[in-house]
Amino acid sequence: MADITVNTKLIPAKDVPETLLRRAMRRLFRRKSAVLGLAIVAFFIALAIFAPLLSPYDPIAQSWTLVRQPSSASHWFGTDDLGRDILVRVIYGARASLLAGIISVGIALSIGVPLGLAAGYLGGFLDSLIGRMTDAMLACPFLILAIALAAFLGPSLGNAMIAIGVTATPIFVRLTRGQVLAVKMEDYVEAARAVGNPRWRIVFVHILPNIMPALLVQATLSIAAAIIAEAALSFLGLGQQPPEPSWGSMLNSAQRFLVNAPWMAVWPGLAIFVTVLSFNLVGDGLRDALDPREVGRS
Amino acid sequence: MRGIRWAAAAAVYFVLTCGLATAQTTLRIGLAEDPDVLDPTLARTYVGRIVFASFCDKLFDIDQNLNVVPQLALSHSTSADGKTVTINVVLKAPYSPLIAQFTDRAGMMVSPKAAKEAGDKFGLRPVCAGPYKFVERVQQDRIVFEKFTDYWNKDNVHIDRVVFLPIVDSTVRLANLKSGALDLIERVLATDIKSVREDKALKLATALELGYQGLDINVGNGGQAKNPLGQSAKVRQALELAIDRDALNQVVFNGEFKPGNQWVSPENPYYQQAYPVPKRDVAKANTLMKEAGVSTPFDVDFMVPKGAETQAVAEVIQAMAGEIGINMKIRVTEFATSLKQAEQGNYQAYLLAWSGRTDPDGNTYIFFKCNAPQNSMGYCNADVDKLLDEARVPSELVARKAIYEKLTKTILEDVPKIYLYHRRILIAHTTKLDGYKQMPDGLVRVVGLSLK
Amino acid sequence: MASCASSGFRSSERGYPVGETASAMLNLLGKRLLQLIPTLFFVSVIIFSLQQLLPGDPALIMAGEERDPAVIEQIRHQYHLDRPIPVQYLYWVKGVLSGNLGESMRIHVPVLDLILQKLPVTIQLGSMAIVIALVIGISAGIISAIKKNTIWDYAANAFALWGISTPNFWLGIMLIFLFSVKLGWLPASGYVPLTEDWRASLASTIMPAFVLGNGIAAILMRHTRSAMLQVLESDYVRTARAKGLYERTVILKHAMRNALTPVITLGALEFGTLLSGAVLTEQIFTIPGFGKLIIDAVFNRDYAVVQGVVLVTATVYIVLNLLADIAYVLVNPRLRT
Repeated sequence: MADITVNTKLIPAKDVPETLLRRAMRRLFRRKSAVLGLAIVAFFIALAIFAPLLSPYDPIAQSWTLVRQPSSASHWFGTDDLGRDILVRVIYGARASLLAGIISVGIALSIGVPLGLAAGYLGGFLDSLIGRMTDAMLACPFLILAIALAAFLGPSLGNAMIAIGVTATPIFVRLTRGQVLAVKMEDYVEAARAVGNPRWRIVFVHILPNIMPALLVQATLSIAAAIIAEAALSFLGLGQQPPEPSWGSMLNSAQRFLVNAPWMAVWPGLAIFVTVLSFNLVGDGLRDALDPREVGRS
Repeated sequence: MRGIRWAAAAAVYFVLTCGLATAQTTLRIGLAEDPDVLDPTLARTYVGRIVFASFCDKLFDIDQNLNVVPQLALSHSTSADGKTVTINVVLKAPYSPLIAQFTDRAGMMVSPKAAKEAGDKFGLRPVCAGPYKFVERVQQDRIVFEKFTDYWNKDNVHIDRVVFLPIVDSTVRLANLKSGALDLIERVLATDIKSVREDKALKLATALELGYQGLDINVGNGGQAKNPLGQSAKVRQALELAIDRDALNQVVFNGEFKPGNQWVSPENPYYQQAYPVPKRDVAKANTLMKEAGVSTPFDVDFMVPKGAETQAVAEVIQAMAGEIGINMKIRVTEFATSLKQAEQGNYQAYLLAWSGRTDPDGNTYIFFKCNAPQNSMGYCNADVDKLLDEARVPSELVARKAIYEKLTKTILEDVPKIYLYHRRILIAHTTKLDGYKQMPDGLVRVVGLSLK
Repeated sequence: MASCASSGFRSSERGYPVGETASAMLNLLGKRLLQLIPTLFFVSVIIFSLQQLLPGDPALIMAGEERDPAVIEQIRHQYHLDRPIPVQYLYWVKGVLSGNLGESMRIHVPVLDLILQKLPVTIQLGSMAIVIALVIGISAGIISAIKKNTIWDYAANAFALWGISTPNFWLGIMLIFLFSVKLGWLPASGYVPLTEDWRASLASTIMPAFVLGNGIAAILMRHTRSAMLQVLESDYVRTARAKGLYERTVILKHAMRNALTPVITLGALEFGTLLSGAVLTEQIFTIPGFGKLIIDAVFNRDYAVVQGVVLVTATVYIVLNLLADIAYVLVNPRLRT
């Protein structure tokens, strides 16, 4: 019995992620665009958390005499069609958009990864069933599914997050399954199996940590896409309800004032662009940094 | 040599005449939505009626003062007891709104032969009696009509072709008009009026609408009615007094629309001068709330159908209601969903517009009669029912208006609906278009127009 | 949402070794064809669930402004809306199998006719978008790979990424504002068929195609970049590179050929992403294609149209996937992580 314990300790499954992680962090920080992306993401997260401290005005306070004012000393980004300060609404909007991005992907991970693990490891009929359902969901236009789900659940930010999360799940199912299949053949998994580990232990202790890098990369990229999806749903009226701001619903109101008050559209749009670009840069950087092909070089 | 010159002259002659013959005038109209089916019996959209106006004449039409004038029918008259109308229609009971109905879809004359042949596919190739005839329709792209040469009024039809182009985005619609890609657009936004007026090449045609924008309150439709707002008329009166209609008009519409408090606009002959539009009075509102004995603040589920300007209106009302302790919780809902939810009583306040009918009966009966199809508020008052029926009997204005005055008093006390404002029909067109006059029903009439 | 392919993990999905013999190929083909059937079944279930999910009564919507309860009942009965859902499903499946995709409840035109009418528009827009995406994506990917970790790498990256970092409806609105309202170079909306006037057609579709293409450019850039990197850093190339510049050009040509084939295949697969993007873009630019058709149908509760369009596009997407898988294996049988 002691032999077996020593054997499991020898399996490098727990060690590999650590050195990989350290090496990955080093390479990540060498790639300047990823560092920039990370800095911007951190900035927006800070904005979202410290919003009340950074805002001179109440985001929902209307001011009927100051409707649609361009940039000025008292309102750096100008005011919107009901006289609310746009800078403050962009800061508070960061909360809605970032929350939407992170929670949607969280939902997709918590449903998709277990399904993918089951499909990949257990195989057989379960794998085929999950595979066909995933294929079917991926074949339907994502936005239509999200709209239908959000309309059904009712218009609110929370429901939009659920809708986006559910429609993003198939990507993670397929990714996890593919990764599991690749890793299943590796030596350490074979060894763990040979030694008699129960299936759940193999999956959670040996397989899952090794596929984390791939999941992390996809999660980052999916957060970027989820922020855009929330903007699209809010644009259609299915997301954050007024008067609380979200960048997507701000774009919705800005549509009719494109010629009269273009600043209403420019700032939230720019905010979305910068945030999503940053997540994309970080994701791409992570992928390069965690690429197993590059292990052994540098 | 001579032969060649002769041939050249002949060629030039042919080219000129062909060129002249093909120099057609086309009027391009930008619509705010794609109409549904082009069959007067099956069509149900407001924008569809705009298209019908160009190719389906009706028995009667209205003029700028809402008088009924003949179109296909030569005249009409009603007997003293209101039971006979001389277009050979006999009624079971007096119904004075009937003539007004004939100024709408019900009076449109379709070709009996085409209707019989096509059955329910009539809408695909409609044939009517009107100044233009249908050529083709590409869904969501365009609807094309060309001049009907045998029209009874053909001397007044100066444009060869009319093309309708549905463009949903109002900014894009206006951009197209400014660039010359369109000649006329409907539903200009109030906030774009300044831009249109500043453009020397454009003209704005307006008329006050027949309908209204208001706030429906669930007073008796299901469980949602059991809230302080739905249960107490005093609370509803307080809400009405807390709303500053002038400020609302100013902030959202640049002051271009008209505040109102009845189902007809203040310029309508049926408007009751005895009950003018109230000014905001927060003090009185608070007193009423105290009298009603409700504990504030309390929440109200505020359903708002998605639309270009509805959200802004809702947010302003929310801010105003907040000052007397009513928390309106806005829920922007797609139009389709909101209709169903209203029917089921799944709301407490509902921001709803009605495009309006020429006859005041069309703006009241189906909303206030007990269990009427559009009465989603669950409002039921036996006196009101009696007044609604009574108003249908006489056929001249003075008598009917007296009955409607009693109705107005009751409705303004019970407040199942808070009327907010009346939109202006806003049509912008190029100055090259001559002869355009806007009618209050919002339709675009093409007879008498010419393009320079 | 980027498909799984965008993350570059696609090749590892197939965990079993792919044989190079014809019989193994046929085996693969047969297996995948058989898998089509349950997939399509699930697609039809999802489509029908959309109907259940979308709240609101289509009969009420169709009734529009006038609302006589008797008429609403008649509408409901005519379109089998008063029957239980499984029964409606069977009616629909029966219709589909006999080539009848139903009829639009709103405008009484057969769904199949609507689809055929819009197909040329969507094909034109889609092809232009893919061409734009390939141009941007491939060139950005190559530059990024060759000039790795230099300023060119970041620039190319940012250029390709900005497409998926901006909401396509916002980009569309901004482009209209710039090119139509301010500069007046391009029409703000509308569509002119290619056969009618090719110049006007190009003018009316270049902006929406650009917006759509931008969205996919990033995915193509990522693939090109990783494929190029893979080839460039392979031993063969490294050795050859050491031998001299002249050979480098030859190697780059060879590298490009190897790298580009899967990229082009994957480009066709982004058809699904294209349609999602088209939904809002066509609305903004008023292009009467599939995207506009389906979003209007969703908001009008025109179930038959929604079901028909989603079924057709899902089927095309699945078939394209299958063809891509086959092509992928044929072209690069040894390509695996």
